[in-house]
Amino acid sequence: MAVQRTETISIQRATEGAAAISLRGVVKRFGKLTAVDGLDLDVPNGICLGLLGPNGAGKSTTMKLLTAQAIADEGAIEVLGFAVPRESKRARASMGVVPQQDNLDEELTARENLEVFAHLYRVPRKDREAAVEDALELAHLTDRQRTKAGDLSGGMRRRLLIARGLVHRPALVLLDEPTVGLDPQVRAELWGLIDGLRSRGTTVLMSTHYIEEAERLADDCALMSHGKVAARGAPAELIAEHAGERVVEHYGPPERLEAVERLAHAAGLPTRRTGTSVSVLKAETMPHSLIDDLGPDGVRRAANLEDVFVVLTGERVE
Amino acid sequence: MTDTTVRTTRHAAPRLRRFELAPVRGVWRHEIALFKRYWRSASFASMFEPTFMMLAFGYGFGSLVAVVGDFRYLDFVGTGMVGTAALFTSVFPGMFNGYIRRVYQHTYDAMLAAPVDTHELVTGEALWIASKSALYSCSPLVVAMFFGLDPAPGMVLVPLVTFVTALGFALFGMWASAIVPSINSFDYVITGVVTPLFLIAGTFFPVDSLPGWVHVVARINPLYHCVELVRHAVFGLKPLADLGHLAALGLFAALMWIIAVRAMRRRLIA
Repeated sequence: MAVQRTETISIQRATEGAAAISLRGVVKRFGKLTAVDGLDLDVPNGICLGLLGPNGAGKSTTMKLLTAQAIADEGAIEVLGFAVPRESKRARASMGVVPQQDNLDEELTARENLEVFAHLYRVPRKDREAAVEDALELAHLTDRQRTKAGDLSGGMRRRLLIARGLVHRPALVLLDEPTVGLDPQVRAELWGLIDGLRSRGTTVLMSTHYIEEAERLADDCALMSHGKVAARGAPAELIAEHAGERVVEHYGPPERLEAVERLAHAAGLPTRRTGTSVSVLKAETMPHSLIDDLGPDGVRRAANLEDVFVVLTGERVE
Repeated sequence: MTDTTVRTTRHAAPRLRRFELAPVRGVWRHEIALFKRYWRSASFASMFEPTFMMLAFGYGFGSLVAVVGDFRYLDFVGTGMVGTAALFTSVFPGMFNGYIRRVYQHTYDAMLAAPVDTHELVTGEALWIASKSALYSCSPLVVAMFFGLDPAPGMVLVPLVTFVTALGFALFGMWASAIVPSINSFDYVITGVVTPLFLIAGTFFPVDSLPGWVHVVARINPLYHCVELVRHAVFGLKPLADLGHLAALGLFAALMWIIAVRAMRRRLIA
């Protein structure tokens, strides 16, 4: 009978600059639907990478591929030096997962939820108590540790989910839509928690469809659309490259918006359409003749990541 | 595929074996925490159900049939109900817990994101159910002793018999939970499989009194082997026959483990 080894989980910080995650030509199909379509993605150690995209872009499937809860039809995946799915168990021992879906056990207390996962993550017996205490403290739930998870507020439950994924102090954390459905105050609270992870040197892969979340937390962003990465870079770089510094928004009836688009495109400037307006990107490079043609009624604002996303994918995000 | 060069830094994670006890212990930690909350109701049901059954069958039906073969009918039913208890306290948790935790609570998704594989998860759950069932299944014997069953040294073997039986049925329940399209479909499993198993196991009447073809069916019913083993443990072992019965139960558990793991893996890993 194989006896469980008492070898402790020693998390060795990876060399700065090396990748924690590597995906090459990864394809995942569900019947006729191709959820991930030739995805190439590297996540360097020690950064927070925002995987940004609308619902259905393939973000959650990508997360599941990394934990081998979905198996790729094609391509190669490596996580923390381990080939997935073949060596996924070892990779999972050094990573923490915070799912989009709340799957805490509601009948168990906050503390019990953490204790169960401390066992599952092989936290050695002598360190288990301290690991649970640390996780409770990190999630600001020490005072509520004896409360059943089902009786905690939405924000507390989400913090507990994050703490559960961190109870073994992983080198890599996968956060799948960590703040979806939460009110702004709770979201800001969680941002502080996630920011703390990054400053601790933990590699974070965070999927989100909130532009503000990606801008606020991510060192680097991968914009995902139709199962592949449409653009990759630091938020500021992506904005500068694809949307410029300034944007001018023009409002009006449909024919006026069409005219603005036509004139902007003729001058080689990208635009993005929302319901009642057209935004002309890279407005700082707008020739004077175009400014005259468009008129003075445009509203100027700084370009943002949403502009980049819409320009590159033609899709809207929140 | 453009490039398959190793690019990630290998971490000093522990070398993990294909099957480990740590996930099983983790699953048990989860179950123990839950059990602390419902042990009273579970224990109440396990003690009082056989009492009521003994009253109904023992005194009710037993007033019409005093003796079955060489046994008092009360003793015959009391020992037979151990098998029934093993069936019910394993197959239902296997089915309903398996389904609810997979589909509604997503507990299994959470566990599989940790270094836990499906076969370890299924093993941990089934071992827990079987261990609990092994103990609870003995309660009809305790109740039967109050109704006049003489204690016997062989009774200490009964928990082992019920453990192996319950392991097979817990795995059968988990397999069923993974193949049904909805929780309502358990009606087919209960009525179409569990009830016939329960009725042709020799619990309330000897299998020999049934038509010839039922004998054949009974021989492939794991519960029949459990009931035979329990009776032999209480009234006198038949070593050769009992080894056969035990082998049948072991084979059933092994087969169920294979198909339960496969079915669960298909459901949990996309």
